[in-house]
Amino acid sequence: MTTRTGQQHPLGIYLKIWLLLFVLSTASYMVDYYHLQGYLRWTLILIFMVLKAGLIIAVFMHMAWERLAFVYAIVVPPALLATFIGIGALEANYTHLTRLLFFSPEQTAIVHGH
Amino acid sequence: MADTMVGSNLSAVRPGLATVVEDWSSDQRAFKNVTWGKAMMWIFLVSDTFIFGSFLIAYMTVRMSTTVPWPNPSEVFALTLFGKELPLILIAIMTFVLISSSGTMALAVNYGYRKKRITTFLLLMMTALLGATFVGMQAFEWTKLIVEEGVRPWGNPMGAAQFGATFFMITGFHGTHVSIGVIFLVIVAIKVIRGDLDSEKPGFMTGRKGRYEIVETMGLYWHFVDLVWVFIFAFFYLW
Repeated sequence: MTTRTGQQHPLGIYLKIWLLLFVLSTASYMVDYYHLQGYLRWTLILIFMVLKAGLIIAVFMHMAWERLAFVYAIVVPPALLATFIGIGALEANYTHLTRLLFFSPEQTAIVHGH
Repeated sequence: MADTMVGSNLSAVRPGLATVVEDWSSDQRAFKNVTWGKAMMWIFLVSDTFIFGSFLIAYMTVRMSTTVPWPNPSEVFALTLFGKELPLILIAIMTFVLISSSGTMALAVNYGYRKKRITTFLLLMMTALLGATFVGMQAFEWTKLIVEEGVRPWGNPMGAAQFGATFFMITGFHGTHVSIGVIFLVIVAIKVIRGDLDSEKPGFMTGRKGRYEIVETMGLYWHFVDLVWVFIFAFFYLW
């Protein structure tokens, strides 16, 4: 036997995750196929996305079997992106409002006092 | 050798949250059973996460701030197959192709550590083939969009001008990642079939001894490409 430096796990788990990823992808495609709209659509898209991403990272990329010190070093920094998303959303809302205020015809009329 | 102690001393170390403090303050190496090659690949992937994250956030801000309606991806990417108009069908097939390539990649890593040379080679080549198929379908998608739909980075007939800019930037960058991955998959597959990893032949660029760990490192990159697609699929195509 070789020294166990690498990740070795039973084949079955990969096949099960593979199948699960197919099911989840089909489910997210169905969201579009059946034209679900609004909050239902967005919630389902996010749930299926998070599940798929989690399975890929945990099993295919072996994060589930790594030591916590390593997992934290890799998984925590991308959490910063949540802050960027927040800042981006604030900025986008502001831009959207100013555009509505200054670029739409009737609003332009109000601003210029016609 | 540092690698010989990997895994053997770990049983003495406590499990759980305390290990985080212990490992980081142990004044040796923080990542106990992870070789530096693997750690460096992960750190590269974290940086890549920020690149794709920035692209997707930029896409979010332009889509949220535009006052012109966003083109409906469900209709833009629809195809007529067997006389039936199917929304987003090409993208769905591309998703399944990429997931399958991730599956064969995971199996390749597994068979690599079992030293099954031929099986590992075949699985790596199958992964490369599926990856190339994905890029091919993307090329088809781009051609259709540019030639038939008239989408340009600066505008399109369907709605918000930012649609083309973000689409070409995000999927183009992802497609580049897939293409580079396919090239490296073939390189690793050749190393496997030649027996470089069994005979520990030094690599032509790094001079490091060949070992099956490189299949796992390659796998990390490939799964990451699949991972990014999960987010692109959700935010760009489905949203």
